[in-house]
Amino acid sequence: MDEIQKTLLMQVADLHEVPAGAYNIRANGESAGRQSTEHIEIVPKEDKPGIDIFIKPGTRKESVHIPVLMTQTGLKELVYNDFHIGEDCDVTIVAGCGIHNGGSKTSEHSGIHSFFIGKNAKVRYVEKHYGSGEGTGERVMNPETIVNLDEGSYMEMDTVQIRGVDSTDRVTRAKLGKGAQLVIKEKLMTHGKQKATTNFYVDLDGEDSSTNVISRSVAKDSSEQTFYSHINGNNKCAGHSECDAIIMDNAVVRAIPEITANSIDASLIHEAAIGKIAGEQLIKLMTLGLTEAEAEEQIVNGFLK
Amino acid sequence: MLELKDISYHVDDGNGKDILNHIDLKIDDRFTAITGPNGGGKSTLAKMIAGIIQPTEGRIFFEGQDITELSITERANLGISFAFQQPVRFKGITVLDLIRLAAREQLSVEGACKYLAEVGLCARDYINREVNASLSGGELKRIEIATVIARGMKLSVFDEPEAGIDLWSFQNLIKVFEKMHDKTQGNIVIISHQERILDIADKIVVIANGEIQDIGTKAEILPKLLNGNLECRHNAGGCIHG
Repeated sequence: MDEIQKTLLMQVADLHEVPAGAYNIRANGESAGRQSTEHIEIVPKEDKPGIDIFIKPGTRKESVHIPVLMTQTGLKELVYNDFHIGEDCDVTIVAGCGIHNGGSKTSEHSGIHSFFIGKNAKVRYVEKHYGSGEGTGERVMNPETIVNLDEGSYMEMDTVQIRGVDSTDRVTRAKLGKGAQLVIKEKLMTHGKQKATTNFYVDLDGEDSSTNVISRSVAKDSSEQTFYSHINGNNKCAGHSECDAIIMDNAVVRAIPEITANSIDASLIHEAAIGKIAGEQLIKLMTLGLTEAEAEEQIVNGFLK
Repeated sequence: MLELKDISYHVDDGNGKDILNHIDLKIDDRFTAITGPNGGGKSTLAKMIAGIIQPTEGRIFFEGQDITELSITERANLGISFAFQQPVRFKGITVLDLIRLAAREQLSVEGACKYLAEVGLCARDYINREVNASLSGGELKRIEIATVIARGMKLSVFDEPEAGIDLWSFQNLIKVFEKMHDKTQGNIVIISHQERILDIADKIVVIANGEIQDIGTKAEILPKLLNGNLECRHNAGGCIHG
């Protein structure tokens, strides 16, 4: 790995070197390192790009890192990663994509991640997106996440995209079984002329299933963001989605929530708020001695923390 | 320390209203309370000292320097602190973050907790909480005061610290100010309607209809307020409402 790739690895996976435990590092479309462990097996797909990750039932307190790094301008790839998580697991999966584009052509990574989460398993999935490079070529990431949650299972999905991605179109589809729970926390900041669209489709199929979709975003400069969430309550269930956005400069933010109750026992809530930074927040921090620009930075950092 | 010279504030809302009318006031005492009826111009005056509102006429001097044209940030850095009547809420910013920003240093958790203890909050319960609507009015108020104490400035202005808090929180608040009166190195100005706060003041200024109606020591002013000789229209219990 070169220095740029190491920097990307640090940004998307908080890793300085190869991680402990299971990992698969994909760099410029090829494997740059792979390690399976006793409980976690990573197998490359034979019919298409991507990997299968098999986590044995009962695996606890283990993690898998599968960062993707791209430093070659003009590279476009579509990767399929499938996660088979056994019953009663308690694991953390860290994915993430870093693109450094120093050239003039568009670099694009599209990843389709499918999760099959067994009964009573618990998964924390962390996904960070980061772009850098002085080139004029765009950095594009289009992640699709498909989640199947079996009875009594739990998934927390933390996605972060703070810097450098010119265009992103994120789709998340989830189906929840009996008593399953899905928590999604999205953090997004766009600047320049970036465009970001997120789409969440959650089917609450099982009795007592629940979801909480929370999106916090900041749109700066002339960037555009669109947030769609579709929650279908098909049984006795609870669904909550929340979109909270700070708009700055000449940005545009849209929030389009949809909650559908197909059962009399479905309880669904949506909250959406878009607004500029409250003047009184700036004033309060200025009375502590911060300049207006410093105050703004603190408010944005806190909001996206 | 602080001098307001011929300060006026005129709002042009079609009818034209004088919020403050040619106020001359020198603040040298360690603990000055400003009281008077609601709508009399007290909060406007407090915000003017912090630089949040600009006077339409007059000059403000701080330690001999004309600060009339200075920004909120510049005044804060000269040594002026301001506690809001309605403490501001933030999403994501924690109590620890706010105290660190106030102290202008990367305080340890222990160091920050000291300031929360000063205002009677059990630090461990609060330090990592977000400064948002999950905190009660009384808690926010005390955190607000803790940020002012953490700044340790030459002049601290509190705008109606008792507003919007319940009686139990108020009892604790009084103790905080009594302690502050004994320990502070700087000067304190409090806008208040509360007799028990006025009772710790070295000097009381009564502002009504945008003008200074009376000024003097607690011994001079408090009896007049309680007897209703000044323009305080309601007077119930220990609370001198305006």
